[in-house]
Amino acid sequence: MPDPTDNNMRAATIAVLVENEAGVLARVIGLFSGRGYNIDSLTVAPVDETGRISRITIVTSGTEMVIEQIKAQLDRLVPVHKVSDLTLEGPHLVRELALIKVVGKGDNRVEALRLADAFRARVVDATTESFVFEMTGNADKIDAFCALMRPIGLAEVSRTGAVAIARGVSSIGSFGEG
Amino acid sequence: MSATSQHADATPLTMSGAEVVLRALKEQGVEVIFGYPGGAVLPIYDAIFQQNAIRHILVRHEQAAVHAAEGYARSTGKVGVVLVTSGPGATNAVTGLVDALMDSIPVVCLTGQVPTHLIGNDAFQEADTTGITRPATKHNYLVKKSGDLARVVHEAFHVARSGRPGPVVIDLPKDILINKAPYTEAPPPEQPHRSYRPQTEPDMAQIRKAVALLKAAKKPVVYAGGGVINAGPEASALLTQFVRMTGFPCTNTLMGLGAYPSSDPQFIGMLGMHGTYEANLVMHGCDVMLNIGARFDDRVTGKLTHFSPGSKKIHADIDPSSINKNVKVDVPIVGDAGRVLAALIAAWKDDPAPPDREALAAWWRQIDAWRAKDCLHYVQSGSIIKPQHAVKRLYEITRELGRETFVTTEVGQHQMWAAQYFGFEKPNRWMTSGGLGTMGYGLPAAMGVQIAHPDALVIDIAGEASILMNIQEMGTLAQYRLPVKVFILNNEYMGMVRQWQELLHGGRYSESYSAALPDFVKLAESFHAVGMRATSADDLDRVIREMIAIDKPVIADICVDQKENCFPMIPSGAAHNEMILGPGQEGGVAGVTDEGKVLV
Ligand SMILES: Cc1cc2nc3c(=O)[nH]c(=O)nc-3n(C[C@H](O)[C@H](O)[C@H](O)COP(=O)(O)OP(=O)(O)OC[C@H]3O[C@@H](n4cnc5c(N)ncnc54)[C@H](O)[C@@H]3O)c2cc1C
Ligand SMILES: Cc1ncc(C[n+]2csc(CCOP(=O)(O)OP(=O)(O)O)c2C)c(N)n1
Ligand SMILES: [Mg+2]
Repeated sequence: MPDPTDNNMRAATIAVLVENEAGVLARVIGLFSGRGYNIDSLTVAPVDETGRISRITIVTSGTEMVIEQIKAQLDRLVPVHKVSDLTLEGPHLVRELALIKVVGKGDNRVEALRLADAFRARVVDATTESFVFEMTGNADKIDAFCALMRPIGLAEVSRTGAVAIARGVSSIGSFGEG
Repeated sequence: MSATSQHADATPLTMSGAEVVLRALKEQGVEVIFGYPGGAVLPIYDAIFQQNAIRHILVRHEQAAVHAAEGYARSTGKVGVVLVTSGPGATNAVTGLVDALMDSIPVVCLTGQVPTHLIGNDAFQEADTTGITRPATKHNYLVKKSGDLARVVHEAFHVARSGRPGPVVIDLPKDILINKAPYTEAPPPEQPHRSYRPQTEPDMAQIRKAVALLKAAKKPVVYAGGGVINAGPEASALLTQFVRMTGFPCTNTLMGLGAYPSSDPQFIGMLGMHGTYEANLVMHGCDVMLNIGARFDDRVTGKLTHFSPGSKKIHADIDPSSINKNVKVDVPIVGDAGRVLAALIAAWKDDPAPPDREALAAWWRQIDAWRAKDCLHYVQSGSIIKPQHAVKRLYEITRELGRETFVTTEVGQHQMWAAQYFGFEKPNRWMTSGGLGTMGYGLPAAMGVQIAHPDALVIDIAGEASILMNIQEMGTLAQYRLPVKVFILNNEYMGMVRQWQELLHGGRYSESYSAALPDFVKLAESFHAVGMRATSADDLDRVIREMIAIDKPVIADICVDQKENCFPMIPSGAAHNEMILGPGQEGGVAGVTDEGKVLV
């Protein structure tokens, strides 16, 4: 039960299945900005074979009462099929994909490749003066990799934001409730 | 899918989009549309011209069209329908839409739009209507394909009236209205929507938990709100049944007035900022609170950390996002107020535990002591009309006449006095702008009520400042011979603003004087209505009786005490037990903290 005197913030990774119609993303984002909720990351793509259902993954944070509100507010949007608080519901996987460009010469290139190897980042583009690494992982892993690359020529980062799914057999489906 | 829709592609299309819209409205049971024409909706106006089933009421401003639809909806339980053009027509409607959103009023608003191929080009009278109204509606649609048109209209009505009701916008590009479009019937009620399925049936385990708490209560209260009105008149009847069988005290929010009969001895009045002494102290001191269809609004709770500190709270609401939003509750119940009340009544009977009659009797002795304070007491002496007295006499005279009476209000002190001194025995007789507090609501809302109830007495209790915000609707009253009575409590001030300036801002009455007012009697006459005025207490009854007797629109300019304040009052940031009472009653002006001053 949410407690209003509880000021402890927690992070929440929320999966939302929505009808893939015009304006649905604006509705979700407008809800967060209009009500002053945090968005740490948001990803969206269609997930069923007909492209009618999209899955939005939102990473947010707030007090327990605020997170309860966020879920209830999302759930009452007309095109929303299902809202699932993966953080609360149990073990789940969170992954993010990043493309990381490092520009440099000489020893820095060697060091960049060595670190990439340790982090299991793949080289997906290379010139004599640059690499683009691709890596997946949770946000912390990508943050750590970027931090190490910074002094040796980190030039640009592009990240997808988190996608997440529950471990095991439990499933929220990809097809809405209809 | 219905048979019609299956064949839709095969059969040659005979109807224009505009005709499809009208046919869908008819299928939805629409009898009246409040609207204002313009280029983008001309095809619909053309279709309206060629039929007789649906009546169109031409308002004088699009904001008024929405308020009229709200008045119509609130007084009938049906969906109110609005039709406006693109661009300025749509933007003018926005205040009305937000008003309906805040007060959970079912409205469908059709807006014209530039043709699909021009959308995004800054075309003439183009506005991003779905963008602008997204946070102003429960849901909105932009119809881009003729094949979607009928389905969207049907769905819009379903969304507007079901679950927590609210406004829905359908934005209609002009080419969609002109091109031929297939008609499909509304899906059968048992066919659920793909994603939108509000829960109406309560969870019985929660109902039993609630009853266990209520049975053991020593100091209970039932706090019922607008959700009971939304749930239909049966819900109000069930509320009355439940309150009577339990013997509990019952209070209503501003939006809930009429859900419980005001003359009943178990009614302790409205609660909140301008609620009664007894209602607020009952809320503060209760040990079990049953909130049914109310949303713990800040006007009701006062300072949240001091709100009803010792109580277990049960909250029944159809919208899960209303629960635990402002106040943490012990027993949440998601469901329709009517279903919840029926379930509570059944479970109360089934539960063998006897209620604590002795404790309840002691609680009522305490309540009666609070009541004895007579917090709504005022003194009418001399010739200056006290605004409270004006409302009280209006109420008494309408009761005596026994006519079916509906009251709307504008926003300000007069609204609060109307809530305090006008009693309602039944739901759907009281229309006021609670959540948004929109000055200018009352006259158009009264118009909508009168359209729905042509033989009833419909009165807008107004302030002289508010009434000017939609005064142009006097023209609509005249055109359709709507005998609405505008009862202005004219204090020559934006009284509610003046009151806050007196209490919170050192009596610096910055810009709150209503200067250069029109002569309301002449103004009425110029709009083909009847104007009358009362300047002394001796005139009051005569003016009220004449006003009611005239079968035409009337403006009654009631010149009242300019410096009167509205009490009791819980100052912003204060708790229920820190209420200010009127002059001559103990409890002086509590100091308002800066923390309180930042609140509205
Ligand atoms: C100048 C001014 C002063 C005011 N002072 C006061 C005051 O002193 N006291 C006061 O009470 N208000 C006051 N108000 C009004 C206040 O701002 C709120 O509008 C009002 O308190 C809200 O009423 P409510 O809680 O009944 O909720 P509503 O706004 O009527 O909301 C209804 C609730 O019921 C739910 N619901 C809807 N349909 C159903 C259903 N079928 N079944 C179950 N639940 C349903 C909704 O989800 C919602 O939570 C004032 C307003 C103004 C402008
Ligand atoms: C559209 C709008 N603008 C401003 C306000 C703020 N406001 C609330 S009450 C009020 C004064 C209303 O004056 P009047 O209609 O004369 O009513 P009184 O309080 O004097 O009874 C104002 C300006 C509002 N509620 N609505
Ligand atoms: Mg005034």
